[in-house]
Amino acid sequence: MTMACPGCVAAPSQNDVAPVADDIILYLPDIHCAACIATVEDGLRALRGVRDVRVNLTQKRAYVSAVAGAKAATLIDTLAGLGHRAQVLDGNALAGQGAVGQDLLMRIGVAGFAMMNVMLLSVAVWAGAEDSTRHVFHLVAAAITLPAVAFSARPFFASALRALRVGRLNMDVPIALAIGLSAAVSLVGALNGSDRASWFDAALALTFFLLVGRYLDHLGRYAAKSAAADLAALASPQALLVRGGADHVVRADSLLPGDVIRVTPGSRVPADGVILEGRTELDCAALTGETAPDLRRVGDAVAAGEMNLTSPLLVRCIRAGTDTTLRRLSDMIASAEMQKSRYSGLADRAARIYAPAVHLLGLGAFAGWWAATGDPGRALEVAISVLVITCPCALGLAVPAVSTVTTARMFKMGLLVKSRTALERLSEIDEVVFDKTGTLTTGTPVLENLPLDQDLALAAGLAQGSSHPLSRAICAAAAARGVQPVPVAEVTEVAGYGVSGSRDGQELRLGRPEWAAGVPGGSDLSEVWLSRGMGRAAVFTFAEDLRPEAVACIRALRADGIRVALLSGDAPAAVARIAAALDLNESHGRLSPEGKVAWLQARADAGRRVLMVGDGLNDTGALAVAHASIAPSTALDAARSLADVVLLSDSLMPIRDALVQARRARGRMGQNMALALAYNVISVPLALAGLATPLFAAIAMSTSSVTVSANAMRRTT
Amino acid sequence: MNVLSFLIPVSVTLGLLGLAGFVWTLRSRQYDDPEGDRERVLDDRWDDEPRS
Repeated sequence: MTMACPGCVAAPSQNDVAPVADDIILYLPDIHCAACIATVEDGLRALRGVRDVRVNLTQKRAYVSAVAGAKAATLIDTLAGLGHRAQVLDGNALAGQGAVGQDLLMRIGVAGFAMMNVMLLSVAVWAGAEDSTRHVFHLVAAAITLPAVAFSARPFFASALRALRVGRLNMDVPIALAIGLSAAVSLVGALNGSDRASWFDAALALTFFLLVGRYLDHLGRYAAKSAAADLAALASPQALLVRGGADHVVRADSLLPGDVIRVTPGSRVPADGVILEGRTELDCAALTGETAPDLRRVGDAVAAGEMNLTSPLLVRCIRAGTDTTLRRLSDMIASAEMQKSRYSGLADRAARIYAPAVHLLGLGAFAGWWAATGDPGRALEVAISVLVITCPCALGLAVPAVSTVTTARMFKMGLLVKSRTALERLSEIDEVVFDKTGTLTTGTPVLENLPLDQDLALAAGLAQGSSHPLSRAICAAAAARGVQPVPVAEVTEVAGYGVSGSRDGQELRLGRPEWAAGVPGGSDLSEVWLSRGMGRAAVFTFAEDLRPEAVACIRALRADGIRVALLSGDAPAAVARIAAALDLNESHGRLSPEGKVAWLQARADAGRRVLMVGDGLNDTGALAVAHASIAPSTALDAARSLADVVLLSDSLMPIRDALVQARRARGRMGQNMALALAYNVISVPLALAGLATPLFAAIAMSTSSVTVSANAMRRTT
Repeated sequence: MNVLSFLIPVSVTLGLLGLAGFVWTLRSRQYDDPEGDRERVLDDRWDDEPRS
């Protein structure tokens, strides 16, 4: 066994399909069973250029090793044909994430092995082995313990050393002291053949339990980090750069001011700029919350994050990359983020009190016993027993065990917890604020009235080629009703007005009331007219579609005694309509991003803990300022990366479940802290009195750690 | 007590064997995808000629 370099031993071998940076990594949000794995692996492996595929169900990812030049887009299209959604993840952002966990597992394995063997030897000593047997057993235990501790406890020693070097105390200083001192003193005892108790097993048990706590903590951080990395990797927006008469696909953050880019209908504007060519409608909902599209012509400015709806544009960049309006919005957020990261969790607060208290106790025990008995050896022994017993095994497990269990449970419900303190903050929420467009509503309009089938067929024929949301709503309604679109000739889209075409020599127009039918229409865009030459004109009206279970979710929140409000940047009329549909009594329309922030800050000053649920750029400030925040997975990347929790399902109900789970988790954390503390309250006086033996320490340590973990995993129906 | 001089090395060797087994599982990535492995048991694609 090559124990010489345990780090290398712990490194995974490369003969399996290991995630290599040039591999294509796909995120498959929908896979959940053996059949899905088989479909994805077989479907992709059948493609040309694909060497091997390995699906990881836990991470919901597929690692595809392919020949150079293979296109991720073909893989995604193939998977779409098989019925699986897929997105490309940026391999570079994800590389090397699992190494720390592997390393910790290896250390746990070594500590566990050594602990079991030494414990066997110790049991013989405790049972009354005498003289030479006892001496030999101690020497064997020393031979196992010292290398094992040197390897397994290195993270604690390293962290303690780092803290001491800058003149500070952290939780790892007393841990390193307890492990190091107990091993060293026992070694001296074993070599001298003294009849003092040996603490080898205690040193190893400490290392083992603390490593388990550290590993759970790492799992929590890793889950949060990989969630963030997933989202960051998802959001690498691309741009079509026009140079030398040809289009090149480039990363949006590599654009420079002065570059000319093409923005196709249905894609987001990647940088701030001025329109050189084209005339189109832009959906600014992400930036302002407004649902009505905005008409732009040559010379008008466009901002990053706006969605092009109708016709292609040529845009000259003014600001790109980190300089865009979109990014500058996030600067406003930076200070609020700082504030939130200063929130200290239960574990941090406990650690701050704990470290100095333990040092004082240990030092006090040593000084007291030396003064009383005049025997430094005995005083050192008591001091070690105090340090060992107060060592925060159970305390280190109390919070991470609960958050690991709860986070996993929430992931199964469709909630991705990104922040480490999110659970504790969610548990304190007493008011929930929703954004309207894209959060309470799906953001896509649906046809509301019931036009005649022939009108619908004609309108669908005209709307087929357009990516305008209202056109798509008409096509969707036609498909839902089983109406076949009528073929229409000469279809042209007139940006800002609608679509025109002809059929049987008749001119057809579908669009704004005043343009299509000569009827004066309001500015409210939720109405479209269809005219055909001299014939009768038909009207189509639209409504916003509420997310599934929005009503039920709000009712359940109210039943829990939580206040609900609606903040939107949209027109007050539209906001009032939705508020009425949901029976909300507090709603505000036409709020600027700063207005939302101010509203939330006023609430926070009034002592309320507000949860913000939002998806747009205009919500980012509010998401950052709120006590806790949730963003749906359809949200813009800026909003998703700020939110503490990302909602993966379409339904809103998990929001209420998240609050329930968080409150329960918070309760469990409190119970666990109390349990851990109770063990100390009983055993510390005994240790101070010099009554604690290694056997006693071993029992107290294991039972407290096991009780705390079991309490974390306990199910309540 | 002489029997101990055999038994102690035997017990330590057995322990080391266990540790070597653990290291092997770690190296062959058996903790990477516990949920996937649970489902793959039901998969009969590789029954006749196991995947390398």
